[in-house]
Amino acid sequence: MLRVRDLVTAYGKIEALKGVSLEVAQGSITCLLGPNGAGKTTLMMTVAGLLKPRSGSIRFLDQDIASLPPHAIVSRGIALVPENRLVFPGMSVLENLRAGAYQRRDAFDEDIDRVFTRFPRLKERSAQLAGTLSGGEQQMLAVARALMSRPKLLLMDEPSLGLAPLVVEEIFRIIAELHREGSTIFLVEQNAHMALRVAHHFYLMEQGRVTFSGDPGSLAEDELIRRAYLGSTRS
Amino acid sequence: MLELKAASRHFGGVRAVDGLDFRVSEGEIVGLIGPNGSGKSTAVNLVAGLFPLTSGRIVFRNQDLEKLPTHKRLQLGIARTFQNIRLFSQLSVWQNLWVAQNSPEDRARRGFFARWLGGQKGVRREIAELLEFSGLAAKQDELAANLAFGEQRRLELARALATRPKLLLLDEPAAGMNSEEIGQLRNRILQLRSRGITIVLVEHVMELVMGVTERIAVLNFGQKIAEGTPAQVQADPLVRKAYLGGA
Repeated sequence: MLRVRDLVTAYGKIEALKGVSLEVAQGSITCLLGPNGAGKTTLMMTVAGLLKPRSGSIRFLDQDIASLPPHAIVSRGIALVPENRLVFPGMSVLENLRAGAYQRRDAFDEDIDRVFTRFPRLKERSAQLAGTLSGGEQQMLAVARALMSRPKLLLMDEPSLGLAPLVVEEIFRIIAELHREGSTIFLVEQNAHMALRVAHHFYLMEQGRVTFSGDPGSLAEDELIRRAYLGSTRS
Repeated sequence: MLELKAASRHFGGVRAVDGLDFRVSEGEIVGLIGPNGSGKSTAVNLVAGLFPLTSGRIVFRNQDLEKLPTHKRLQLGIARTFQNIRLFSQLSVWQNLWVAQNSPEDRARRGFFARWLGGQKGVRREIAELLEFSGLAAKQDELAANLAFGEQRRLELARALATRPKLLLLDEPAAGMNSEEIGQLRNRILQLRSRGITIVLVEHVMELVMGVTERIAVLNFGQKIAEGTPAQVQADPLVRKAYLGGA
């Protein structure tokens, strides 16, 4: 579904992605692991069109999207749940959801109802300013906002960041649920224990390059990865 | 060393911190955990002096903090990191540390001549040590804004250390780190304690909290619902229900 080839993205002189190639299969949950500074967020932002690659290609459903602006990429069916959530803090929950559907020309009231059924807390707080929500609620809103564009591919950049253990469980339950309903998900996650429960394929990135690709079984077998990502117990 | 006595902070009708009693002894590493929105960061902000108490008292080394602004508290030795990173994003890594190290309070404390005689050499050496300690030596000339999230967290810690604190308040320092990085952070925290720094750790990453603290207080709706050793807190049914899950 998504095919990235030899992707190079740079900030000034510093290349954050040094030729990244990977694929996300339709209907899968694909997880990207890697230390801080490896380029995971840069990759997500490049796929979403927020950063322009210096070279390489990004193909989505067999079309080149590397040169498209972000809104056109949303229209093609890719939505990003950004790192640190980045909801619009001065807008209400409902306005945030409407913003998520900004590219759509059809009626989306039904989708708002559907999102509210999935996230009852957001319905209770639909008139509240997003900036006053708790961290967990903001993460739910960021996911809900992305769903409002009816994406075919959902990019999620560290959805468990800074959330209480109970809320992390909830987020992963929702990820599994979205997948069951047919979504394809490309996930950046540091909490490898949780990711192992849901993901079908793993990539590891280090210093701007993909250094491992494999299924959950081969990930757990790799000694170095085990130590770095599954080190000790983590709830 | 630090004592919150019936500390409360209300925002309109919201009781973010509500009658909190919390003590930290010299040399301790204490955890503060609880659901998102339970008042942990508000408690840190109260100690750091970002806003005043609605009621109650905060005492640091036998001194009531009530009337003291943030920079005076820093001068007393209270430093903190931010949950939502607040670096000087358009300064380099090195400059971020230089600014913290070169604070007016510090100038006042050490006096012009002491600093002048110690020279810029001393300052530079201290910053170099902090960069080494934080694993940021290779990035010293990069803009803070261009660092990855976890690196920014390390820089926040280094910047707090540059003020030479006695009490360090860490607000979610492990967010966005993998197991290996959490292990490194754990070692750094233990090293800081062995240098005599007392630490309050607000954190959701249980892998860190349970491995490094001696005592943990659990907040919910602004109130303390449990306190004890990591093992005691983990076994507490109230804590499992409100926070940990997996019961």
